[in-house]
Parts: sequence; structure tokens; C-alpha cells
Amino acid sequence: MSELSERLAPVNEIREKKALPVRPDPETAPQPDLREELFELEARGELIVQRVPEPYVEVTTKFGRLKKVPVDHLWHHKSCGQCGHIPGYTTSILWLNRQFGIDYHDPTDQTSCTGWNYYASATSNAAAQILVMCRNFAAAYETGYYPLIHCGTSYGHYKELREQLVHHADLRDQVRRVLDKLGKPLVVPEEIVHYSEWVHVMRHRVAERQVVDMSNVTACVHPACHYYKIVAEDAIYDPDIYGGQRTATVTALLQALGINVADYSTWFDCCGFGFRHILVQRDFTRSFAVLRKIEVMRDEVNPDMTVTHDTGCVTTLDKSQFAAKAHKRRVGVPVLADSQVAALAMGAHPFRVLQLHWHSTDWRPLLEKLGIDWERHWQEFEEDLAAIERGEKPGLTWEDAERPALAR
Amino acid sequence: MSATWSPAKAGPTYAEIPEEAKRRLFEEVIADPRYEDFLYGCYECGICVSVCPSARFYDFSPRVIAQALSREDVDRFYEILMEDIWNCAQCFSCVRCPRGNNPGGLVTLIREVAVRHGLEQAQEALQGYSRVIYKIMLKGNQVSPDMLQPDFFPDWGPWVREFSQHMHTWRKAIPVDTLRSVTDAAWRTDDRTLRELYTIWFETGNMEIIREVDEGLYELLVEIMEEELEARA
Ligand code: SF4
Ligand code: SF4
Repeated sequence: MSELSERLAPVNEIREKKALPVRPDPETAPQPDLREELFELEARGELIVQRVPEPYVEVTTKFGRLKKVPVDHLWHHKSCGQCGHIPGYTTSILWLNRQFGIDYHDPTDQTSCTGWNYYASATSNAAAQILVMCRNFAAAYETGYYPLIHCGTSYGHYKELREQLVHHADLRDQVRRVLDKLGKPLVVPEEIVHYSEWVHVMRHRVAERQVVDMSNVTACVHPACHYYKIVAEDAIYDPDIYGGQRTATVTALLQALGINVADYSTWFDCCGFGFRHILVQRDFTRSFAVLRKIEVMRDEVNPDMTVTHDTGCVTTLDKSQFAAKAHKRRVGVPVLADSQVAALAMGAHPFRVLQLHWHSTDWRPLLEKLGIDWERHWQEFEEDLAAIERGEKPGLTWEDAERPALAR
Repeated sequence: MSATWSPAKAGPTYAEIPEEAKRRLFEEVIADPRYEDFLYGCYECGICVSVCPSARFYDFSPRVIAQALSREDVDRFYEILMEDIWNCAQCFSCVRCPRGNNPGGLVTLIREVAVRHGLEQAQEALQGYSRVIYKIMLKGNQVSPDMLQPDFFPDWGPWVREFSQHMHTWRKAIPVDTLRSVTDAAWRTDDRTLRELYTIWFETGNMEIIREVDEGLYELLVEIMEEELEARA
């Protein structure tokens, strides 16, 4: 080493420092906690903070803060992409609630967060977006139930909007003025909770009631960008899952169910949804979903399924595989939401509950590997459809969905 | 959007646009109260680029966006406004930035300015998107089952055709009360809820934004919403 570089870079000093072990100290590590500011605003009479109801489970987040995840008394903030195009996603969440005897409210006084449109087209503004959020929060508060956010985008968007609301007094004033017109209070929940966090804290109870052995199945997890990248600090992390370096939601559930979770190199990449791309520029979406996600999974670990926890990810990863087949790409990995996997493990009907007929990539080999006779289930479901078409039944009910699955 | 790869976008582009006009748009972006939370300078480290899906697919760089804004390079800013912003996938992988920047958030702010001014590029980028805006503004849902049509999603394969043939029956075969039988929205929403949503759109100037992108759509929406709001009054 030359004298000059010795002078410029004190290598030994750097080496000595590097040799010191990193000792993360939860006592001294910064733990950003927006709730403190929320409670201050509440004390000043500016807004109401809706408290997480008992019973709740405390979980660790990225930098160690404990987050309360409510177990009961849930107001289901539905996702338009799930309800509109993947209804088995929502059905599975509610089916799980019913299986565990959860007291819940499925509102009609709810709009979507409208965030998909905002991220796609920017044809809105911060005040409008915050108001849509606060209108929904006020609607939940009026019922006494606690909002459980089904959509990853709503969850990320709301966390970001909540920060803006807390940090900008002028936005708060504007929001309050419009809410006054609507006759609604300005309410912000103490914690913004994603449904996959509820599934996460319920995973051992799901495993206790597991009736389908899943130990011969390999799955890849796609963590949803808007779940853990936007306002990263309050997503769930657990030292036992990837050493706390990746969010624990979804992976911890699959492990609890005995599924072999296989790692792949592009886990951090987004799915290719793109918000506007999935609707009007799908060449990007298809290419990204196939080349950076599905093919990498196939080549590296060849999973039986991919499991994720957001609307756009299920849609993109599932629907993008068809066209890629024409180009002889290595596709064919069924895509499920964590709620669907949990429900399936507990014996839910693949069509009445999981509504797998809304998925496009072939899920039959997966069900066969799990020993589920999908043909008999489909036959049963076709009889439901025929009865509906003949006008003998207005539609399926929870009673139908909760009947024990016939054949397995 | 340029099809040729041009890392430096060399040469004078948009030279015919007066500097003043570019600066006015730039200043609108930096006047947004969120701007100071989204940009703290830039190390040029490129971490944002390494995780950016759009950088893999397009001639697009979140680093360049952070740089151009930090340096107040209004010419480069204008190029970004005209050519780049609609390529961003809004995944926010770039918030991994060690400087604490949010390049995806910066894109959102620039997009808002492009839309507010009804720039041709914004209208072009949103072509074919009007029916989505119609749905979101009126129903409060981005998508609904009746939007799953084979001519709109040909690349999703025969599944879409099969679905659209059975949509009404399949929709009835969902046990969730708020979803069952609903085909023109994602779930059943109260009329009062939608009226509250319309009030939000009017009170926050959101309808004016729609007017800039699509005047015809704006008029149609206003007519329906006002009728609904007046009926209640
Ligand atoms: S938000 Fe946009 S700029 Fe950031 S990583 Fe995603 S696509 Fe790239
Ligand atoms: S990651 Fe941040 S600091 Fe690094 S180039 Fe991107 S914007 Fe600049």
C-alpha cells in the first residue's frame, strides 16, 4: 500500500472497527412510533385515536417496536381488486374469521382507498386521498369495530397518508372542514393493521385445526411491496424468520403449516403490477412478472405454488403466465393468497371458499399433490351453479361454504 | 416515450420551451408540502436503480430523478416530466435509499403536476384508462367483475372468455353477502357512502383534476354526481 493511500484511508483503523461485533441494542435503537404524535394530537382535541380492542397480540416490527394486532371485533376494509377479480381471497379471510368465531362486520359503508388509481394516474391529490381514508375510518369507528385492511396498497397508502396528516397542520384543517360537512369525526386508528398480520398472529390456531397435510409441498413467498416497503417500520419482522431480515408475514404461516418455504434470488423484486401498467401497459407487467419472478422461482427451486399477501401481486403473478406460455417461457406456478392457503389447510372447499375458478394458472397439480380430489369438488360446485341457473337458489350462502368439504 | 436508449439524453431537448415555463412547473413540484419528506439530496449510489423494476425495462432511472431535482436542473426535470414519469411502477422499492429519499414519491408529485396542467403526455399515458377513472370516481372501486372482458384482457387467455360467459352465475356463487351478485362494482356500497365520496371529490378540487385529463368524462361524471347529490338535498 502506498504512503498516500495509507494516509487517506487508515485501513487498520477501519479493520479494527469492522472486527467489532454489531450489537443491536433494542434499548437504544431508534423506534419510530407515530402513535406518540397521534396521542398528542388527541390530547389537543384535534382528532380521536381509535384504540386496538382486546384481545390483541403484540408482535415485533422492523426496528423492534411492539405492534398490537387485534384478534376480534374486526371491521373488514375490503379490497376492490380482491373482491372484483379474486373473490376467493376475501371469502377465505371471512371464512377464517367465521371458523374462529370472530365477531366481525363486513360493511357496505366502505369505499376502496382509491390508492390504485392514485398510483396509476395521479388524478387526485393528498387532501382527497386522506379524506377517503378518514371517511372509511370514521365509518368503522361509528360501528365500534376495528379496521382490518385487506389490501396491501390500502395498508401502505394509509400509513403514508397518516404520516402526512400528522405532520401537516394545514392538511388536517382542510380534512376536518370536509369531514364536518359530512358530519363525521376525524378518527385515526392506533395501529394500521393488514389482514395478513391477523393471519400471522392466528397461524398456530390455524395449524391446530389443519386437516390437509402440506408437508410435501414447496412454496415461494412473494412479499408485497406496499406491505413492507412503504413505511417499512411497522411491518412484522421476527428474528426466527430469515434472521429478521425479511418480513415474517406469510413465511411464518407457511412454516407453521409444515410447508417447505424455498428461497429464491429475486425475492425483493416487485411483481410487475405497476398500477397503470397492469391496466394499460401490460407488456411491462407480463415481462417483469415472468422473467424476474416466476421463471426465477422455477429455475431455482421449482415450487408447487407461490404465496403472497396482496391483491395486485396475486393478479399479476397469476394472470401474466398465460401469454408467456406462447413464448415457451418456464411458467406454470399457481399463485395463492396466504388466506387461501390457511383456509385450504383447514379443509375449506376449493371452489365455494377459495373460488379457485377465478385463478388462471393451473392449480390442479397443486390440489392433486395435496391429495384433494378437485374433480369431485368441482362437480359439487357445478351442481351449485346449475341450481342457481335454474333459479332454485339465489346464490351460495355461508351455510353452503361452511359445510364440511365432501371429498378429499 | 423514446424507444432508443440514451443514457445521457444528450443534446438540447425541449429547447423550444422557455426556461421560465419549465421553472414554473419545477417550482410547483417543490412547493408540494410532501417534497421535503421525499428528497434529502443524493449520493449517486444507484441503490434505487438496482432495485427499480422500471429501470430494468425502460430507459428510466430514479437516481437521475433525485439528482435532477436536487441540482434544480430544470431542463432535465422537464425531460423527466415529459418522458419518464409514466414508466414508474410505483412499487417504492427505491425507498431503500440510504439518503432517506423517496424517488417513487417524487414521481407521484411530478405526475400530479403533469395531470393538473393537462399535459399532452399525461393524456397520452392515460389513454384507455378513462373507464377506470369513471369507475373509481362513481363507485369508489378501481375494478369490478364487468371490466373483465376478453377484448380488454386478451393476454389473460381463455379464462377471461369463460369468466365473462359465466359472470352472473359465478358472482352469485360467492358466499360473502356484500359481494354476492354484484357485477358493476367490487362490493355493494351504500348510496349515502357514495354521496359522501362525491362530496370529497368536489370539496378537494379532485373534479377539476379530472377535467384537465378528460373534459368529456368530467362532464359526464359531474352530471351524474350532482344529480345524486341534489336528489338527497
Ligand atoms: S417506485 Fe418507481 S422509481 Fe421507485 S423502484 Fe419502483 S418503479 Fe422504480
Ligand atoms: S438510492 Fe438515494 S442516494 Fe442513492 S442514487 Fe438513489 S436517490 Fe440517490
